[in-house]
Amino acid sequence: MSSQLLIQTIANAIAASGMLALIAVGLTLAFGVMQMANLAHGHFFMMGAYTVYALYALGGWPFWWAVAAAVAVGAVIGLIVERGIFRPLQGDVVSGFIATAGLMFVFEVLVGELWGWGLSRPIPSPYMRAVRFMGAAVAFQRVLVIPFAVVSIGGLMFFMRRFRLGRALRAVAQDPEAAALQGININRMTALAMAIAGAYAGLAGGLMSTIYAITPSLGGHIILPALIVVVVGGMGSIGGATLAAVIFGFVMTFVTTLVDGVTAVMVSVTVMAVVLAIRPQGLMGRVIA
Amino acid sequence: MSSHSMKKYKIGGLAPLILVLSGLCLVPFFLRAYLVEVAMMYFIYIILAQSYRLIVTVHDWQLYHIVLYGVGAYTSGMLAKNLGVPVFVAIPLGGAMAGLVGMAITLPLLRTKGWGFYIATYGLAELIRLTWLKFRNPFGGSTGIIDIPWPPVIAGIDFSDRIPYYFFSLGVMLLVMLMLYRIEKSRIGDSFKAISMDPELAASTGINIPRHRLMACSIGGFFAGVAGGLLVHRLGAVDPKLFNITTTLYLLIWVVVGGTNTFWGPIIGVSVMHTLFELSRPLIEIRPMFFGLSMVLVLIFLPGGLEGLISKAITRLQKRDRVAPVET
Repeated sequence: MSSQLLIQTIANAIAASGMLALIAVGLTLAFGVMQMANLAHGHFFMMGAYTVYALYALGGWPFWWAVAAAVAVGAVIGLIVERGIFRPLQGDVVSGFIATAGLMFVFEVLVGELWGWGLSRPIPSPYMRAVRFMGAAVAFQRVLVIPFAVVSIGGLMFFMRRFRLGRALRAVAQDPEAAALQGININRMTALAMAIAGAYAGLAGGLMSTIYAITPSLGGHIILPALIVVVVGGMGSIGGATLAAVIFGFVMTFVTTLVDGVTAVMVSVTVMAVVLAIRPQGLMGRVIA
Repeated sequence: MSSHSMKKYKIGGLAPLILVLSGLCLVPFFLRAYLVEVAMMYFIYIILAQSYRLIVTVHDWQLYHIVLYGVGAYTSGMLAKNLGVPVFVAIPLGGAMAGLVGMAITLPLLRTKGWGFYIATYGLAELIRLTWLKFRNPFGGSTGIIDIPWPPVIAGIDFSDRIPYYFFSLGVMLLVMLMLYRIEKSRIGDSFKAISMDPELAASTGINIPRHRLMACSIGGFFAGVAGGLLVHRLGAVDPKLFNITTTLYLLIWVVVGGTNTFWGPIIGVSVMHTLFELSRPLIEIRPMFFGLSMVLVLIFLPGGLEGLISKAITRLQKRDRVAPVET
């Protein structure tokens, strides 16, 4: 591996970590607050990507407006799923999980019927320049996700610690009954968590839409790495998800560059199994009594 | 009183059962060739759904069942093609392999609870499926394996023919049903139910939970593998796409829509949903949405599945029967 390729791969790995972190943080937050795992979370990401495709590539909106719209679309879908599926199924965790599996089909068909089933036309990047660093060239569009990931995840952590609303979210995650006794409206908190989760996935999808070849089945491809990150990080732990996102961002990018994409998933799954065999609750998960 | 009459209806199921069976024995002689092939798929899917229900009774909604179905298909197909193992020996061997793999996947995850467990099973299932995809030798990569031997001629009956194979798969399905039914009614089945109702109470009465979970996963895996063997020697080919997450979603849909509370749920689920699947071929593009939505709606509004709806209807009918004489 030449030093040029090494630097390029490291840059790609950091970008992949940022994207994985944006997706996984929302997933783990929603899980922490509701104890419900959302299998359709990857499809939120896909909807974000298609929002940018529809508004920016087809509709001619400015790129950043389209990304903002993707965030809003993600948040709204999150709210709808919370209201339509998680709230009626409250307490029945298995059903919630399986229902979101059914939702994967719904989103996929919806997008396929709206914008076509095959590969969409490539979305032109608004920033054609490349960042030059020690002889390696990294596409500007690819590293764009990094500052967004740092700011929004840092912001979320700050929000969860310092703000009243964020602390209420954490209270619900720790003990819903005790939180309800403190006068916290649990339904509002789960709605908030799902809106944040959807918005972050929409943001990631919007930012990465110019890099990925987007198809309606994109969500099904992205969900497995995201779930691995959440499980290894410890379900419900935002810090854990971020840490695991960095680990798997590097593992997946390096294995993909050196061998191929299929092997990268295989290695990631193996790493996950080893971690779970040793630490069943994940790297930073709490032990559930 | 009401539980007694419920019981009568369930035992009274014997007469319809015989009717259905004799119907199943007659239909292949009247149906078009294509529909006989479809009927065989029903048998395979019922084995899959029913064996999955066994695992669900322990509350392990694992997501590798379809991949174990694939393990059975690949093992049986490769044994028959590469080593010349007779087909009828290869099918149970494929099942045994699937059972072993099921146990091997569950073992490292036994201490992982809830979501971690479901998701990890999904991940490990992908690992197996990607192994088939990755290694062209011996698994054939994305094109899979072709030219898998047909079943042989035994006692003058050519089992590679449509109708003999129909009866063979019907027989296997009935045998599997019978075995699963006996397991459910046995002591082990009771332990499974106890675990799903209250794991802590079950453990305190001396039920070894990890052992029973492993047992459920390997027994269920065995039958999934048998289903895979049935499939592969009819298709004559196998490839990794048959066993991807989409197929897993359909398995979940059959089981959820049918209901998992009683033995008949998965059978109803497969019968209804696969019939709709076949009928909706003209709408192939939007079909997944209809199925996804139907699962979501059943989960929210009909938690017991169709089977729960039917047993509710029967109870209501009986109440009316009981009341009627008083009125007249």
